[in-house]
Amino acid sequence: MEIPRHWRLKQQRYSLVGEVCPHCDHKIFPPRDICPNCGDEAKELFTFSGKGEVYSYTKIYEAPTGFDANAPYTVALVKLEEGPIITAQLTDLDSTPVEIGMPVEMVTRKMRNDGDERGIIVYGYKFRLRT
Amino acid sequence: MSEVIIAGIGQTEVGEHWEIGLRELAIAAIQDAVRDSGGLKPQALFVGNMLAPNLSNQAHLGALLADYAGLTGIEAVTIEAAGASGGAALRQGYLAVASGMVDVALVVGVEKFTDKIGAGVDAALATTSDSDFEAVQGMTLAAQAALLMKRYMHEYNVPKDGFAGFALTAHANGANNPCAMFRKAIKPETYTKAEMVSEPLNMFDIAPNADGAAAVVLTRRDLLPKDFPHPLVRIAGSASSSDTLALHDRKDMLYFDTAQISAGKAMKQAGIVLDQVSFFEYHDAFSIYAALSLEAVGFAIKGRGWKLAEDGEISLNRKISCATMGGMKARGFPGGAAGVYQAVEAAIQLRGQAEASQVTGAKIALIQSLGGPASTAVSHIFERFEA
Amino acid sequence: MTTPHPHSPTLLKPVKPVGIVGYGAYVPRYRLPAKEVARVWTGGKGGLPIKEKAVPGLDEDVITMSIEAARNAMLRAQIDPTELRAVWVGSESHPYAVKPTSTLVAEAIGAVPNTQAADWEFACKAGTEALVAAMGLVGSGMGHYAMAIGMDTAQGKPGDALEYTAGAGGGAFILGPAEESLAIINASYSYVTDTPDFWRRENQKYPEHGMRFTGEPAYFKHITEAATHLMEASGTTAKDYKWAVFHQPNTKFAQRVSGQLGFSPEQIEPGLLVPVIGNTYAGAAMIGLTATLDIAQPGDRILVVSFGSGAGSDAFDILVTDAAPLRAGLATKTQEYISRRTEIDYAMYVRYRGKLQMK
Ligand SMILES: [Zn+2]
Repeated sequence: MEIPRHWRLKQQRYSLVGEVCPHCDHKIFPPRDICPNCGDEAKELFTFSGKGEVYSYTKIYEAPTGFDANAPYTVALVKLEEGPIITAQLTDLDSTPVEIGMPVEMVTRKMRNDGDERGIIVYGYKFRLRT
Repeated sequence: MSEVIIAGIGQTEVGEHWEIGLRELAIAAIQDAVRDSGGLKPQALFVGNMLAPNLSNQAHLGALLADYAGLTGIEAVTIEAAGASGGAALRQGYLAVASGMVDVALVVGVEKFTDKIGAGVDAALATTSDSDFEAVQGMTLAAQAALLMKRYMHEYNVPKDGFAGFALTAHANGANNPCAMFRKAIKPETYTKAEMVSEPLNMFDIAPNADGAAAVVLTRRDLLPKDFPHPLVRIAGSASSSDTLALHDRKDMLYFDTAQISAGKAMKQAGIVLDQVSFFEYHDAFSIYAALSLEAVGFAIKGRGWKLAEDGEISLNRKISCATMGGMKARGFPGGAAGVYQAVEAAIQLRGQAEASQVTGAKIALIQSLGGPASTAVSHIFERFEA
Repeated sequence: MTTPHPHSPTLLKPVKPVGIVGYGAYVPRYRLPAKEVARVWTGGKGGLPIKEKAVPGLDEDVITMSIEAARNAMLRAQIDPTELRAVWVGSESHPYAVKPTSTLVAEAIGAVPNTQAADWEFACKAGTEALVAAMGLVGSGMGHYAMAIGMDTAQGKPGDALEYTAGAGGGAFILGPAEESLAIINASYSYVTDTPDFWRRENQKYPEHGMRFTGEPAYFKHITEAATHLMEASGTTAKDYKWAVFHQPNTKFAQRVSGQLGFSPEQIEPGLLVPVIGNTYAGAAMIGLTATLDIAQPGDRILVVSFGSGAGSDAFDILVTDAAPLRAGLATKTQEYISRRTEIDYAMYVRYRGKLQMK
């Protein structure tokens, strides 16, 4: 069981809460308390809009333990409107082929079980194509 | 600083060794290397290993392997830097001898992938990525490499089979390596028709995870046995560099900063320039890594690493010989042992013992061990000793 | 309009006038046509209760769906989530038997920690139950805003009549002072009796139902009584309402009960979603109302009557204000969700709904 680890990250996972640098206004996700742009301390919380575009993507057919029930699924690098790139699954895809540059939006979805179906359900951000 | 000589080398065949355990694999390589060194007595053991605590439920390999190697009492620790564990362990061995604190250092890289089977192996490998922000998304290392490759192909207009050259070169060279997992050259169609793993990455863009162990014995020149039979190979440069674990945290993910920094520092220490490098053992766990390493080190400009492979310029004795004994792709990818295999193979080349794979007039080798997508890069310059 | 009964002792009417300040819907994108169910179980014989139903994706459940509906409601309400004094979720498919849906939804929308959170359960009226309670919280002055959600990923036993219709979706409502609202809730009325028309015992995967017994003594009786009482006490008749929304287990029931109460097909048209998304159980009346609010104009009056087995109905008398058309445009509309459609066959449905025996 990894309850504490998932619990600690819930704000980031559920609603893309990152940070903004008070010195240079750089938006930071995942939060790291030190601005990667100017190197100063950056602990001010910032909730991202969840809007972005596909920077790269691929499909996973053979999933690692814990994700097999959802395979095949698509993972992507998503460039958020506010700047950062994050790694996330794309969900709700239909026959429309994914392409680099497609606009996407954040949704909160089930990621996996912590352990098996007796464990907690881990929820977090995924992205779907924006219409 | 003392001059550090590769006194002994040893390696096991890379493959699925169902019947051989982690410690037996490591001991086989250690015994080979110690014998090859003329029976030098190691004072310190540095173990390069990536995933034994997960794959084999075995941590604390330093003490374990020192014990089984009959070296109880010596200093022994594990060095972990994901896929760069082998290179990192080699560097620790080098530093120990170069500093004069240790006379004889033993470096062994070992990985026992087949202690675990199925989806658990991918999950274990994924722990080397950012667990909270990459692996939690169901990401695998192969998928991470595919994301990189997709973006690379998009930015540089690489054709569909543009990466075929890496697999072709590796398999052609692996054919002559008795320790390689695959010893057969492949045809271009084999790559073209290969099963897609994570688009655009196919089976032949991925080095196979496999069991293996390799070891080197390092010492100072004055401590070599009187009748030391091999041409002398010294470590002329050693450097390591680190970058973000997660691909998404990079300023420019299509440039392997650490590969550039560590190779540059190692070459500077060795007092050489790129043109003097006889061959390059890159870390081709994925073909995209090979392309980006060629670019970062300076053999190709940005966006053209793949073209070097496509044009056959990385084949033996062309522009820059790469993966001369099969690389990760054909020799196999034994995790934390990979970097030590590179050291063993480079020593064989520089000793002039590579037979059909021999790089003509090999004098200087650049070997580079990567952890993840160059989140760690450890570079070494080996030089054949003249005089 | 007949004379109102301002002091009707049976009406549930807050001390302070209360209204809807924001609302949001959610419907997952997968659709299982009823003819697919018929193909598998009856060889295609017999009439179909609906055209198709909405099916949640592999990574969806009542929690994720509630979060999206709640976010839409927040977009329309344009309030600070920390001003919510309650986040209540009604459903009969909460992902956990023990552990609230509501705390996670509240966390995701930023409403924690100074808030009430609870999960409600009353078969298909668990959502409107939460709505009535929210009226009480806001109308009493205990809190300025409260959120009530009705959401379901309904279960139907394979091959059962319910499998054709058991859909997925629902709506979220933020209640607040009437003067801030896009629709004022004049009053509500609840009618309940002990009527065992439909139930699911502890640890059972699928519900059981009383077949034809679910009709007259249950659905029709309770909805009719609730609607009639509310209209009498409010001094209204069907003609006073521009729109009406009734719980909709299938197309026919909703059409018949509305006709019995004197409503025309046009009045129920915007809120009659069961033909295209199925019966969304605790979400059904709620999402019928979101779809109606999406098109409502200032001055429109809406009657909403839910039905929950076991059994009871909550009826609401709602008056749309000037703010409605503008706020309707601030989030994804119900019909937009319905138009996002990926058809699946019975085999994919079986996988998506976890009906494959894996061990
Ligand atoms: Zn800054």
